[in-house]
Amino acid sequence: MSLASILRRAIGLAPAGPYYFFRRHSGAVRLAHWLNAFCLLFLLMSGLQIFNAHPALYWGISSDFDHPILSLTAQDSGHGLVGVTQIGPWRFDTTGVLGASNEGGEPTARGFPEWATLPGPQWLAMGRLWHFFFAWIFAINGLLFWAYALWSGHARRDLLPTKTDLAHLPQEIADHAQLKFPQGEAARRYNALQKLAYFFVIFGLGPLIVLTGLTMSPTMDSAFPQLLWIFGGRQSARTIHFICAFSFLGFFIVHIVMVVLSGTWNNLRSMITGSYAIEGKHE
Amino acid sequence: MSENRRGFLARAGASAATLLLAGCTPLSEQKWVQDMLAQVEILTLRAQRLFAGTHALAPEFSKKDIAPVFRANGTLNPDTPTYNESAAKGFADWRIVVDGLVERPLSLSLAALRAMPSQTQITRHDCVEGWSCIGEWTGTPLRLVLASARPKPQARYVVFYCADNMAEPGDPPQFYYESLDLLEATHPQTLLAYELNGQTLAIEHGAPVRLRAERQLGYKQAKYIQRIQIVDDFRRINGGRGGYWEDQGYSWYGGI
Repeated sequence: MSLASILRRAIGLAPAGPYYFFRRHSGAVRLAHWLNAFCLLFLLMSGLQIFNAHPALYWGISSDFDHPILSLTAQDSGHGLVGVTQIGPWRFDTTGVLGASNEGGEPTARGFPEWATLPGPQWLAMGRLWHFFFAWIFAINGLLFWAYALWSGHARRDLLPTKTDLAHLPQEIADHAQLKFPQGEAARRYNALQKLAYFFVIFGLGPLIVLTGLTMSPTMDSAFPQLLWIFGGRQSARTIHFICAFSFLGFFIVHIVMVVLSGTWNNLRSMITGSYAIEGKHE
Repeated sequence: MSENRRGFLARAGASAATLLLAGCTPLSEQKWVQDMLAQVEILTLRAQRLFAGTHALAPEFSKKDIAPVFRANGTLNPDTPTYNESAAKGFADWRIVVDGLVERPLSLSLAALRAMPSQTQITRHDCVEGWSCIGEWTGTPLRLVLASARPKPQARYVVFYCADNMAEPGDPPQFYYESLDLLEATHPQTLLAYELNGQTLAIEHGAPVRLRAERQLGYKQAKYIQRIQIVDDFRRINGGRGGYWEDQGYSWYGGI
């Protein structure tokens, strides 16, 4: 056995037994994936910067300032700022993270903390510049990916859950809960949970976050007043946009955990070079 | 994979992310970065104009949607000697000068403005910060005032000069100003508003006259208007970016 193959095995790039490579992801999927990941990071952090300009959410057509759904505020307790997160009638002390945290070392009233926003200090104008720049790339990348996925059959072949997938769903949930992942030939296809997650994110969450974002634009509301009707008003759209952003974050966290647990390097390599190592003999 | 290696990977990943993002705050201060990111403003404007065109109207609401208290924002009182003097007289001596690239410069009293055809609309005010408030505005459509001043063929922008000084006390004065292009300025809902919810405009809302450009964000809605200048280019005015907040880095196009 060559030194190279020993090393590959040691860092998890290759299984212990016999294996072969198969091309798991097309170039289009890989490019769209990384562009998307990059955009989402910038969009989330600049989005939190924008949110910090008025760290409260409402439901309906306008802001009922006395009854936000969620608010991150700071109160002066006499010995320092206290961060208060209020969700409906419930209030939580979230000093240091939400409502009040250090900015340039000084306790400051701010919704999300400095490490979570782009730029770090309160700077709405700049947050908007970052956000809209990456929003354009995100939307164009998303549309091109949609076109590719529908045209090439990727959506129907790899993403759309089949009846068999759905029938196996309870078993898969049980397997995932025990951290048992498909091996060998079964690992060539997305399993039902993957299909459902990717399908929902690509064809649900993605368009939803773009449309709710556009509904916050007064000119878009003039051109397409239907948007207001669909989402129940500009402030509802803003709240849904916020929930979508954190759904993306939730998806990202689960996605990373799954990537790590089911073979970090093999997964990572397949999304960079396209090649995925499958255990067993090539048929 | 061993726990140690996993821990190392997590730390490496977190450090890489921190480095990348820590780099972004100083990057935000670079002019070339700001200019590059601002390139998409023209794309946004073109795309929105494609769909909204000249005529798409901002949604209007019903009486029951009007906010009990309309949130006042920005300057709440210009509080300069001249302004206070005029306010004490109920703005009887207030004048709005219309000049620049026009055939017929005007100097309008409030009475003259009110004598022109008026329009009332219940619309949503959208602050760049993210909140919205609904109010009923009454005023003179700006397009009628512009038509009466007869802009010259080279006219492209309408600049609004305001009575509120934004500079810190002791610093050279920096009066609020804003600008719209002719398309937005002559939009059927663009008003020189003098009433909010059926009441004479209060000082905190921009008395005696403020702008309502209903397809634009709040910072475009100049308050305390005393002069309207028609120009072909705003690059020679103040900071050169078409408005007080624009000079502080906000986009000139306020449709999103």
